[in-house]
Amino acid sequence: MIKLIHNEMMKILARKRLIVIALITAVLVALFTYAQYKETLERQEKLGSDWRAQVQAQIVDISNRLSSSRMSEDLRERLQITLKQSQYYLDHDINPTEPGAPSFVRMFIENAGSMFIPLLVMVVASDLVSSEHTLGSIKLLLTRPVKRWQILLSKYLALILSISIIIAIVGVLAYLLSGVVFGYRGMNAPIITGFTAQGGNLDTSEVRLVSQWRFLFMEFGLVWFVAVVVGTLSFMLSVLIRSTAAGMGIMLAALISGSILSNMVSSWEFAKYLFMVNLNLTGYLSGVAPPIEGMTLLFSITLLFIWWLASLFVSFLVFTTQDVY
Amino acid sequence: MTDVTLAVKNLRKTIGRKEIIKGLNFELHKGEVFGFLGPNGAGKTTTIRMLTGLIKPTTGSISICGFDVRRDFTKAMQYLGCIVENPELYPYLSGWDNLLHFARMLPSISEKQIEETIRFVGLDDRIHDKVKTYSLGMRQRLGIAQALLNRPKVLILDEPTNGLDPAGIREMRQFIRNLAENEGLSVLVSSHLLSEIQLLCDRVAIMQKGEIISVDSVENLLTKQEKLAWKVSPLQRGKEILERFTEVQVEDGYIFTPLIDEKAAEWSKTLMEEGISILEMNRKIPVLEDLFLQLTGGETVD
Repeated sequence: MIKLIHNEMMKILARKRLIVIALITAVLVALFTYAQYKETLERQEKLGSDWRAQVQAQIVDISNRLSSSRMSEDLRERLQITLKQSQYYLDHDINPTEPGAPSFVRMFIENAGSMFIPLLVMVVASDLVSSEHTLGSIKLLLTRPVKRWQILLSKYLALILSISIIIAIVGVLAYLLSGVVFGYRGMNAPIITGFTAQGGNLDTSEVRLVSQWRFLFMEFGLVWFVAVVVGTLSFMLSVLIRSTAAGMGIMLAALISGSILSNMVSSWEFAKYLFMVNLNLTGYLSGVAPPIEGMTLLFSITLLFIWWLASLFVSFLVFTTQDVY
Repeated sequence: MTDVTLAVKNLRKTIGRKEIIKGLNFELHKGEVFGFLGPNGAGKTTTIRMLTGLIKPTTGSISICGFDVRRDFTKAMQYLGCIVENPELYPYLSGWDNLLHFARMLPSISEKQIEETIRFVGLDDRIHDKVKTYSLGMRQRLGIAQALLNRPKVLILDEPTNGLDPAGIREMRQFIRNLAENEGLSVLVSSHLLSEIQLLCDRVAIMQKGEIISVDSVENLLTKQEKLAWKVSPLQRGKEILERFTEVQVEDGYIFTPLIDEKAAEWSKTLMEEGISILEMNRKIPVLEDLFLQLTGGETVD
């Protein structure tokens, strides 16, 4: 099995897909870094350069509010968390409005998780099987003394490996490149998480502070999961449709319609069962309101898991039983 | 019969309602080249795809060296090497990487074995170049190298000379004969060219519309169908004389008689004595269409 996966990785690497992906990522990261840098400059101009004084003022303000007795328990907790966060910024000499590399990575991954990374994954996944059909090499592949499910499994595991590499590339590049401009500090900075938007209200009962690296770790985990699901769906299309272009087109349409639907269909309840509106998993961590009411992190993960399982099942069923012409 | 390497029994394939392959039975023996002859669309490629496990037969059994292709797929495939249609290797990999790729799919093939195979097909000097820079003949040889990697007992080649130039065809033919005669392989070759099969094979199965209409040695099937074409002057008189000895057909100014070596001299002598000049005497290999006409009794090939 290792030998078979080695084969598949050899083919993926020989086609230089991963290098292209790394280049695309590098260009995008550079662009975003520049944009972020511009924005920071502008904000500093507006707010003045002495951020310490501002944070100090904020802390005093919050402390005053906390000392007043007429306050709901809920609000008190939230304010205390904000207080802790501000205090941390001051203690560790971190300017909250000026992002370090870790904050940039967080921002980048949150925005890339539902569209950019799935696209990159699609580039690798969508021709993994169909290209063998187009080349005709499938006939050589399937007439070896290896069972078909083993061949498909080796391809699938190679895909998972590639997805992991892609996400690592994105993470490392985003960190290294943005760090040149913003510096590499802020791995331990506290991040507020646990907001859940329910029916227009912000539910803050679960709010807590998490250190940045932990938060990043969770986000990368979620993005990886989304990438695997999207990769598996493209993989299935690659098995079902012999033409790589058609498979890619369908997947692309699905991803784009996903981002359009997310903005439009809050009243069409059924849409929440479509995989493409559930891709923004990191949104649940940072407290973005879900596109359709009633969607939670658990719901989205379960739903994506079902899609994943179904497409994996279909892929293996079709691949092991189909007649190859 | 212990030397049967490939046995096909009652093989059928139905797609939709159409029966594409209608009950094939044949066997391959050790050290023979077996030809699969038929026009395009006769079902040769479909049959080969079933033999190699690419298509599931509707009914019937295929066994390679005693292992059923469906039940013992991996064991059966260990004894089989094949090229289905063109050898479609990975153009973006080098020849060596291609072979390495397929060697990894076999149980325990050493690099030394790969090198031996490369030397055997004569690709030593270009093996580390990318396959996309290879000529068709070289790709064909690389294809054969990958088919021979596992030292198979049965080799299946679908139209092996397709697209090769005359020198390449000749080379390929010698190569295949050598494999059968000296290495003891059973080779199954498909072709729609009669001349090809005649030069290459020991036995031949003739396929038409999904059926094998005849299996026989090449000798019996084709050579006996050979004819002698006469160009004589005057034609009419010559025909009358030849009609005394045998069946005669006239077509395009040629008189066709059966080819019987010892009789030909006698007939030509008689013609000369009668004062008829023989302008040309030619052996004629029957064209596929004629062969089908004879075998099927007038049903046309479509």
